[in-house]
Amino acid sequence: MRLPCPLCGERDLREFYYQGAAVSLTRPDPDAGADAWADYVHLRENLPGDLEEMWHHAQGCGAWLVVTRNTATHVVKGAKLAMDTKRADTKRADTKGART
Amino acid sequence: MRVRNKGRIDRSKPVSFTFDGNNYRGFEGDTLASALLANDVRLVSRSFKYHRPRGILTAGSEEPNALVTIGSGGHQDPNVRATVQEIYEGLEARSQNAWPSLEFDVMAVNDLASPFLGAGFYYKTFMWPRAFWEKIYEPIIRRAAGLGALSGQPNADTYERAFAHCDVLVIGGGPAGLMAALTAGQAGADVILADEDSLLGGRLNLETLEVDGQSGAAWAAGVAAQLNAMENVRVMTRTTITGAYDQGTYGALERVNHHTSVRNGKAPLETFWRIAAKHAILCAGALERPVAFQNNDRPGIMTAGAVRAYLNRWGVAPGKAITVFANNDDAHRTALDMIDAGVHVSAVIDSRAEAEALGAYTLIRGAHVTNTGGRKRLESITVRSASGAQNIATDCLAMSGGWNPTVHLTCHMNGRPTWREDIASFVPTEGAIPGLVTAGACQGDFSTAACLQAGAAAAAHILGCDMADVPVGDDCAYRMEPLWAVPGKGRAWLDFQNDVSVKDIKQAATENFRSVEHMKRYTTQGMATDQGKNSNVQALALLADATRRGIPETGTTTFRPPYSPVAMAALAAGAEGKGFMPERFTTSHVATKERKAPMIEAGLWYRPSYFPIKGETHWRQSCDREVGYVREAVGVCDVSTLGKIDIQGPDAGALLDFIYTNMFSTLKVGRTRYGLMLREDGHVMDDGTTARLSEDHYVMTTTTAAAGDVMRHLEFVTQCLRPDLDVRFASVTEQWAQFAVAGPKARDLLNGLLDAPIDGESWPFMACGPVSVGGIKARLFRISFSGEHAYEIAVPSRYGDALFRALVKRAEKLGGGPYGMEALNVLRIEKGFITHSEIHGRVTAFDIGMGRMVSAKKDCIGKTMSMREGLLDEDREQLMGFKPIGPVMQLTAGAHLYEEGAEPVAANDLGYFTSVAFSPTFGHYLALGFVRTGAARKGDRLKMVDAVRGIETVVEVCHPVFFDPEGERTRG
Ligand SMILES: [Zn+2]
Repeated sequence: MRLPCPLCGERDLREFYYQGAAVSLTRPDPDAGADAWADYVHLRENLPGDLEEMWHHAQGCGAWLVVTRNTATHVVKGAKLAMDTKRADTKRADTKGART
Repeated sequence: MRVRNKGRIDRSKPVSFTFDGNNYRGFEGDTLASALLANDVRLVSRSFKYHRPRGILTAGSEEPNALVTIGSGGHQDPNVRATVQEIYEGLEARSQNAWPSLEFDVMAVNDLASPFLGAGFYYKTFMWPRAFWEKIYEPIIRRAAGLGALSGQPNADTYERAFAHCDVLVIGGGPAGLMAALTAGQAGADVILADEDSLLGGRLNLETLEVDGQSGAAWAAGVAAQLNAMENVRVMTRTTITGAYDQGTYGALERVNHHTSVRNGKAPLETFWRIAAKHAILCAGALERPVAFQNNDRPGIMTAGAVRAYLNRWGVAPGKAITVFANNDDAHRTALDMIDAGVHVSAVIDSRAEAEALGAYTLIRGAHVTNTGGRKRLESITVRSASGAQNIATDCLAMSGGWNPTVHLTCHMNGRPTWREDIASFVPTEGAIPGLVTAGACQGDFSTAACLQAGAAAAAHILGCDMADVPVGDDCAYRMEPLWAVPGKGRAWLDFQNDVSVKDIKQAATENFRSVEHMKRYTTQGMATDQGKNSNVQALALLADATRRGIPETGTTTFRPPYSPVAMAALAAGAEGKGFMPERFTTSHVATKERKAPMIEAGLWYRPSYFPIKGETHWRQSCDREVGYVREAVGVCDVSTLGKIDIQGPDAGALLDFIYTNMFSTLKVGRTRYGLMLREDGHVMDDGTTARLSEDHYVMTTTTAAAGDVMRHLEFVTQCLRPDLDVRFASVTEQWAQFAVAGPKARDLLNGLLDAPIDGESWPFMACGPVSVGGIKARLFRISFSGEHAYEIAVPSRYGDALFRALVKRAEKLGGGPYGMEALNVLRIEKGFITHSEIHGRVTAFDIGMGRMVSAKKDCIGKTMSMREGLLDEDREQLMGFKPIGPVMQLTAGAHLYEEGAEPVAANDLGYFTSVAFSPTFGHYLALGFVRTGAARKGDRLKMVDAVRGIETVVEVCHPVFFDPEGERTRG
């Protein structure tokens, strides 16, 4: 299997470290409560189909990626830099916060 | 027997080889199988279970019988198919699975006992008593039923792994594959054409068919030359595509050097390739299926296609009086080719009532072969037709039940093939492997013309280009009527390799193993090296019949990679020895080895255990002496293996505040602080000291074990959680050599070496900053992992060796010297310092007595989860120290703790030891460990039980810091 690192291009699976669903990007506030934290740290959906996952290009550029992969077929639909995803999410949350 | 003017062997180049110690001669271009047949060697193996005499069945990699061992000693290679092995001068081949010899095999008594050894025999017999399984049954079964053996010596051959990328991978170089590669090559695509044979052409080399007005073999040679001349086409012969994987990745085994005696270690024996292909065209051809009838396994009974392959490709007639038994027109070609070559054909028996003779031979239609005679070679067959039974003398029976498309690769990603009634076989299901299309015989198109056309069309379709000119080829129809097994008594063999007969399949069905997967496991049909290539479709048809279902409803078993066997050595190429575990050496490695220090592995690093001196006979003597250096004078230790991460930027302090439980943004420049980091689930991840070199420049140290994890953690936090932080960092573990200088004379030692002396006032405990040593810019940290007045000095790695030697020399002058991991461990246990023995992944800051290090003033990774009530429970096992107080004074790591009077069982478990050392400072053992309710037990007597080593010791629970609890020595 190969993953398309936005910085390095298509690279072999063996260069990457796998972390799991990209849930880890949305860290709750410290006072979000026990349930929110338990969800964040421990609970993961496990459905067949497209899943956004965290992969670290450990033997390459060091970037953390959000990779969209079909867990049933292993088809990789794309990869983004996690940093870009996080920044976009933060911006969206800020705009929303400003409106309400 | 050789036949004149036939075959593609080089008769000017004779080749000598041995089989079971006998000398034989063949020619260049022979396989071991063709050369043995040319020498009239029929018996080549004993069957797996019943040790029945077996000969060569096929002419390709699907061969189930003729497995031999090649070479000896470290070069010994078992289970090599004689049909694939090319001969070379001096080749040594041996038969397998026979004792004492192939001709006289005592295990053949199994054959007489066969009524008791049928399907499910193992499951029924070797179940009880249970205690017999491992010690008695399994060794007997393994000895009796086996294939070839390894030599037991290290493999003397070399293997390689390699990677390739291409636009189009063409799998198989027969007529379809050649046209596909030619079309893609002419279109300018980057093409790889792989074929398991040494010659391109596939069956064109095995038949007398014409293509483009010339012999098929000549046409194939011409196309091969054309392809070889194209820069964008890579032709890989002797290369089997073994598996299809995700995203157009294919495994391929190239047999680089099996066909030569050149084993000089330069070229590998085999190369395992991983090929990433944008498109693949499967042109894998088809495999002929045998027919099941009584005693259809005698040496001399072969597939019809194989019989004419030996004639056409290798100039060998596998018999003097050939008979053919078939259900299709195609097999009649065997008779025609034989007659044409002047070999006698006794009869062609065709199961079809309407069959017609295609040449001048005796045809017996609507007839079956019902039995055969001869033991170690075929002598006769019994033929039954409407007019009665007759015996025919023959030494070679060519049988054919039709052809099965080679669909295997299309099933490697869980795809199921589709049943096609007209050819009574399975064809690939479209889209089973993304990016792979099929063409030619593997798609069920058996005529040469159809293959040529389909190959060109497939490539043109994929690339959107024009087809290469398609030559004229033979286009006769494939006429067949299914015939799986001839009805009758006796054992009719289906799976030759596993000795599975028609009866076994019926028995499986009777005993309700009706699912094809159950049948396979119950009978072992389709297992071992040929993976049912010769028997799957027939077995399935018979199971369908026995269970009164249609074949499509019965389903198929799963074909998994590899297509044909791959040696573990090939898969593991490059990962054996140091390739499996590379070595990391510190800059003091050479100086350390010069002192004959035994090395211990710490991850990939090698570190000294201790530095022995003359007269010492036991490691403890060395260790105790080295502890004494540090406690009484000064010791030097290489600590470069600790992870070092250079962190810079305006937000460096903010990052550290978020990573560590305690504050770092408030740390003064020129100071160092101990830090504790948690995982997000609230458990301890790692610890270490971090120094602030300037306002926006920190150097973090991690433990040796967690250096990589911490680096990845920092990457995660900065990229995924806090991309707002303006900070950069890099691992500098390899760039700096760092040495601990520890002991009351540490400052004296440094002051003889540093360009400017230091004093206690300007360098208090936990100070850090730049110094100069021999004109080299260095970093000095006043930190201690021993409880003594100590420093760590770091220089760029290129100066590490020189500095280590200088430090050791100075230390020795002051009554000290170098110390290793054993002494380092004793020193830190005496002082109650933790390592990953203690922070093993299940402990919290609270458990190790550092609960107050989790700052209330800020958020950090793991803080919220660390506050869960279960993680702050006083009842939890907490870090304490332990010392022996009874008559038994020994403590052992891993031992468990109980109340003195309690039975040592899990229900009474109070805790366990994580680190143990004999302390020369105290004169007895000390332990660190975890005990329930922790500090509340201080002063209690407990019982330590080491059930593994059988040791029981009474211990007292102590504060974990045994040595200098006030820290006066460290600060002094
Ligand atoms: Zn990358």
